[in-house]
Amino acid sequence: MSTPCFNNQTQMNLKLKVWRQSGPKAKGRFENYTLEGVTSDMSFLEMLDVLNEKLIKEGKSPVEFESDCREGICGSCGCVINGQPHGPWQKTTVCQLHMRAFRDGDTVVIEPWRAEAFPVIKDLVVDRSAFDRIISAGGYTSAKSGQHADANAMLIGKPVADEAFDAATCIGCGACVAACPNASASLFTAAKITQLALLPQGHPERTTRASRMVAQMDAEGFGNCTNIGECRAACPKEISIDYIAKMRREYVGAMGAELSKPTKVTVGDGV
Amino acid sequence: MKLDSKIPDGPVQTLWTDYKSKIKLVNPANKRKHTVIVVGTGLAGASASASLAELGYKVKTFTIHDSPRRAHSIAAQGGINAAKNYPNDGDSVWRLFYDTVKGGDFRSREANVYRLAEVSASIIDQCVAQGVPFAREYSGELSNRSFGGAQVSRTFYARGQTGQQLLLGAYGALMRQVDQKNVELYCRREMLDLVNVDGKARGIIVRNLLTGELERYAADAVILATGGYGRVYFLSTNAFNSNCTAAWRAHKRGALFANPCYTQIHPTCIPVSGEHQSKLTLMSESLRNDGRVWVPKKKEDCKKDPSTIADDDRDYFLERKYPAFGNLVPRDVASRNAKYMCDEGRGVGASGLAVYLDFRDAIQRLGAPAIEEKYGNLFDMYAKITGENPYKSPMRIYPAVHYTMGGLWVDYNLMSTIPGLHVLGEANFSDHGANRLGASALMQGLADGYFVIPYTIGDYIAGTKLDKVTTDHPAFASAEAETRGGIEKLMAVGKKGHRTVLEIYRDLGHVMWDKVGMSRNDAGLKQAISKIQGLRQEFWTDVRIPDTAEEYNKNLEVAGRVADFLELGELMARDALNRTESCGGHFREESATPDGEAQRKDDEFTHVSAWEYTGANKEPVLHKEPLEFENVHLAQRSYK
Repeated sequence: MSTPCFNNQTQMNLKLKVWRQSGPKAKGRFENYTLEGVTSDMSFLEMLDVLNEKLIKEGKSPVEFESDCREGICGSCGCVINGQPHGPWQKTTVCQLHMRAFRDGDTVVIEPWRAEAFPVIKDLVVDRSAFDRIISAGGYTSAKSGQHADANAMLIGKPVADEAFDAATCIGCGACVAACPNASASLFTAAKITQLALLPQGHPERTTRASRMVAQMDAEGFGNCTNIGECRAACPKEISIDYIAKMRREYVGAMGAELSKPTKVTVGDGV
Repeated sequence: MKLDSKIPDGPVQTLWTDYKSKIKLVNPANKRKHTVIVVGTGLAGASASASLAELGYKVKTFTIHDSPRRAHSIAAQGGINAAKNYPNDGDSVWRLFYDTVKGGDFRSREANVYRLAEVSASIIDQCVAQGVPFAREYSGELSNRSFGGAQVSRTFYARGQTGQQLLLGAYGALMRQVDQKNVELYCRREMLDLVNVDGKARGIIVRNLLTGELERYAADAVILATGGYGRVYFLSTNAFNSNCTAAWRAHKRGALFANPCYTQIHPTCIPVSGEHQSKLTLMSESLRNDGRVWVPKKKEDCKKDPSTIADDDRDYFLERKYPAFGNLVPRDVASRNAKYMCDEGRGVGASGLAVYLDFRDAIQRLGAPAIEEKYGNLFDMYAKITGENPYKSPMRIYPAVHYTMGGLWVDYNLMSTIPGLHVLGEANFSDHGANRLGASALMQGLADGYFVIPYTIGDYIAGTKLDKVTTDHPAFASAEAETRGGIEKLMAVGKKGHRTVLEIYRDLGHVMWDKVGMSRNDAGLKQAISKIQGLRQEFWTDVRIPDTAEEYNKNLEVAGRVADFLELGELMARDALNRTESCGGHFREESATPDGEAQRKDDEFTHVSAWEYTGANKEPVLHKEPLEFENVHLAQRSYK
């Protein structure tokens, strides 16, 4: 934590090197900008807002990027800053990164998530719908709306409930994929599989869930996990890499269950 | 127009149960012949989409986001109320009903609120069945905590991320129906018009936000679950993309807009740090349990380091004015008084728009570790955003808009004044009156989606003659042409204009915050109306929009929303001007008790104000729905 001081704004001039790509099929390139008068209290996205206002006034195209809640929970924002997904601060999304992380005169390189399964839409905006299709392949319990047993009829020990919550805090931003040299979505997929494997509500469907979600993850073109651990380092919610091991156990269990069954589990085509 | 709330006859306690057993049903084989459009995928929209698809309806679901999971419900922190009475502290459906009506300052409908309280317990069972990881005790049972406006502990929570966990539960249910092909999911689509055929809502026009193409979709009924309009203030705790456009376009097609002036302002947010600010961050109001709110007594002290200001030179204004409740006065009172201090020129920080929330005394009394244990995550968040250490120097806080109680008028069936158009969650006006209690927004969104609309939409579909309508109907062509015309007009201005969308948007925000914010008066509201009209003219002659309408263009998206906010803002000011009483989040300076507190005028204003759109730049027409309080006795609030 920084030391307390009063009115601690400082001003800085930055050199920005931003990935510009006009559309999914267009060829991208880095564009250089100089931005003056950035203050240390701005968030990173507010700095980009300031850049865009300047570009619009100059009759140029603003840099497209995604953001929504701007408080680190919706998972909309994300770009690679100086080689790090979500930038230099740990446990922080781009929207919560503030410009006091940078110094006057710094060069800041800004790129979109790079992964085959996340095609670029425009500039820093990528298509992450593959994540939705992985969830639609089983990232839920099949409880329908209506009357259910009283919530306290099922006891779940606090340690289990807490761990399930930790796995469930994934915001689906895609930083894990962007950080992984293999562009694997294992941490994302494992987080949901783990949450529901820990909880009794998830048990009836755990084998189908693991086999279908993993199959969908592969079908989307994400790479395999080779235990490098970059995903965990980049994750703004500190999702544990242990969950990938849990996912593998669930998957192996599912395959065993499948082999012993007369018919194969159907793999849906998602969204 | 006579507003018929369609509240069934009978005692409030059995109203919903009796009604459910009498309303019309659609038989299972017929449900698949009916299509329902759901716009929005927050708690209300996702739960409604999933529930209707499970019943067998064909559902088409739309969101402006890249994924349904991004909807702003995700950001709700505190919790969800339910009358489970697990802690054995005397809670009941009646008490939750009573607290909500009173908390709403007697400006909501008793029948709707009772139903909300009644289904609240089922919501918790539903979410647990979905695997929502609520906080639990070591016994394995669910944990509860207390929240403002209640004397019982009825709030269920998942750390500080309850909205996220509930939304991911509803999103999972929605994605399951997508997988089963009962829901067609359309992401990155923005509803720009409602299509009415023979006076009934039968479809929508959307813009594909990736390509700019306009698309038509037809259905037997349309559900809007598109959230609130707090972003009319530009700065709020709402997400960047939250907007009023779908609701406003439906308003222009005939849906009445109710109580637009009711906005809720949360007292403990991190203040604005500069002109570049894009949004405000809420800090849990639990901080006021141990923090003391103050400003310097002398204006010249405001820029000094607070630790150098002696106690005698500090004004602990809430403790001074409200000795009984002190720093724990309700949200609206705390917010208003912070504003008064800043108006007097005693605000602190670089902008002068902040007050101190000081933990010095609590740290001295309890020690820093005890404070860290209670509020560590909030202190960390504050430090990350401000770069200051709140253990060493006081936090600076300021109120911010974070919820709108007003919305499209709906009857007991959640149907608007356009037959077939239903409105759920924050987008409607129905349950919170003039002020919402903490942890009730999540409850209402899910109540509407999981447990109300599945019944009431069946009654509408079964009881209505619905001719087959396709997107070839002339009404679709004309709505699409109008929408296209609107975008072309915007782009034509945008090519030549000088002021960016954000510049004009910020100007609107300033007017709304200054004149239609925490404290309102006749002269200020009249000024607001004329300033907003001026800004609207400026927007339509001088706004600058980059790039084209045929591609991903965030500025164009926002421009369309700002155009609508520039109309809604005026309606809010008109509603606030008309309602010369103070109630809940609406404080009219002319209607105060001798000691400056909010004064309701029950004889004149125990009604819902529902506004009818009459055309561009024409005065809207006011319709009133009287409110009757048969179960909860009308009383004035006092916190002295």
